[in-house]
Amino acid sequence: MTALTTTFEKLETGIEGLDQIAYGGLPKGRATLVGGTAGSAKTVLAAQFLAKGITEFNQAGVFVTFEESPADLRRNMSGFGWNISEWEQQKLWTFVDASPVKDQYTAVTGEFDFGGLLARIKHAIKETNATRLSMDSIGAVFSQFDSAAIVRRELFSLAESLKDMGVTSVVTAERTHDFGEISRFGVEEFVADNVILLRNVLEEEKRRRTLEILKFRGTNHQKGECPFTVIGNQGLALLPLSSMELTQRSSTKRISSGIETLDKMCGGGFFQDSIILISGATGTGKSLTTSHFVNDDNEGGRSMLFGFEESRDQLIRNAAGWGMDFAAREKEGKLKIICQYPETAALEDHLIRMQEAIDEFKPTRVAIDSLSALERISVVKNFREFVLSLSGTLKRREIAGLLTSTTPSLLGGQSVTEAHISTITDSIILLRYVEMFGEMKRGLTVLKMRGSKHDKNIREFKIDEHGLGIGKPFANVTGILSGNPMHVKEQELNRLETIFDDGDHRR
Amino acid sequence: MQLRFLRVDFSTQTSAPGVPMSEHYFKLYVMGSSSRSSSAIDNLKSFCEEFMPSNYHLSIIDVLEDPKSAELDKIFATPTLIKHEPPPVRRLIGDLADREQVFRILNIDKPRVKQ
Repeated sequence: MTALTTTFEKLETGIEGLDQIAYGGLPKGRATLVGGTAGSAKTVLAAQFLAKGITEFNQAGVFVTFEESPADLRRNMSGFGWNISEWEQQKLWTFVDASPVKDQYTAVTGEFDFGGLLARIKHAIKETNATRLSMDSIGAVFSQFDSAAIVRRELFSLAESLKDMGVTSVVTAERTHDFGEISRFGVEEFVADNVILLRNVLEEEKRRRTLEILKFRGTNHQKGECPFTVIGNQGLALLPLSSMELTQRSSTKRISSGIETLDKMCGGGFFQDSIILISGATGTGKSLTTSHFVNDDNEGGRSMLFGFEESRDQLIRNAAGWGMDFAAREKEGKLKIICQYPETAALEDHLIRMQEAIDEFKPTRVAIDSLSALERISVVKNFREFVLSLSGTLKRREIAGLLTSTTPSLLGGQSVTEAHISTITDSIILLRYVEMFGEMKRGLTVLKMRGSKHDKNIREFKIDEHGLGIGKPFANVTGILSGNPMHVKEQELNRLETIFDDGDHRR
Repeated sequence: MQLRFLRVDFSTQTSAPGVPMSEHYFKLYVMGSSSRSSSAIDNLKSFCEEFMPSNYHLSIIDVLEDPKSAELDKIFATPTLIKHEPPPVRRLIGDLADREQVFRILNIDKPRVKQ
């Protein structure tokens, strides 16, 4: 039974994230069917498979097009930074143009086979020593010939010949619906061994693109849908959640929050690789806490601030009001502020941009103000994936991440953002309004601090020209977090403190 | 019958070479020496002999031997017949067994054929 132990070799595609969820790449020497509805980026994937082979592995490829002309493809794909004409000259990319011959009337009489196509593909592969092959899209063959039975038979023999040629191929096929049968015309039976599905689903007025590996015969892969986005200069970029494996190293190094008292409350500061959530209603001082955080660099690193609510100038002006000179720090290269309206891009695109910016600037601290602003541009499922991917990104790079979340009500309360994020955060700091005797005071508490002791008090804090100043714990007050602060008399408090004591101590 | 050819030209014209005197010019793409290939060749030859004797030029190209020509002519299926002359250019895919259909699609001028 040696056959059972045979492991299929995989060919690294070079497409970001795909190799990760495919556990190494596409099955080598075999064909993978890529099914998707119109506009699901099938052609981009087929072209990217060849482009990455050329740019990253110096592997030549052959592109068989049944639908678009090579001229159209060269033009359409140039937006991704792929100079196909140049590769064609270098014999790295070869087109086999099997698109319909438009200027000549074509009729069918009697029996035929796909010998012409097969000979051309074989020739192109031999000529350039190609190891990769893309065919886009196979459904178009059916519209060129009336006899579906012959087409099916011939595609089958084509698939068989491809196996003998030893190339790893991507074959695209149309689907009529995002859910349901794998492809039109039942072509999947020819390349049934490996199937990838691309989906482009409209959900709550938002497009959500996902890639799912349905099956890889004889070899393992990650199950379920993986969100992706199509971006310029790259093509498909997958955002696999598997990158969230809990294998990150854990740091014991502490960094300062930028606020001395807060560091003390946290037992000596935040951990270098932790994710910190700051939760509070509007105006409680979240942006200020963020500013303190990015203004500090006791670990000798750099900070990055992503603003989704205020413009650069606003942020710099606000910081100046608290005695922080962001402009100067930016000049020194200690800080980088990137501001964007959440609505300018889809959540996946924001994530990719943020990852790119982080990799370019290599900060040790990243602050995002606020996550709630990003939440409004997406559906719940997407948002959760976004937060997971983002924290994975930060943790892998051992960056301290500070995220802010706006609570909907002024007093107490919890936001939807927190429900998705609280379990993956290492520390949670609550900023709350406390109404007492007709006066609005602000309270701060460290709710959670993974791996460390922390101060359990709710302390009052004030905001002045030096920023945030934390004072004493609220005395004789209960119900702050629930939004109903109540002043309690001294005797009452003493009684409350003793109600959990056992009888021996009671006098 | 052994059919191995790179390109076989059947020309019945008697004029000087290089001058296309025949009124009918066909290219037939086949693959290897399959029975489908030979029957397409036979069908086409007998068709030409019947309707345009001594007035046709026929190139037979094996895609396995000459894939470059197949690429240039964008040959998908085999056999494929391309009628270059007289215009308009037409393509006919299949073994050409149905003579009536071939005749109709190639749109050969009947009175001329009768000559």
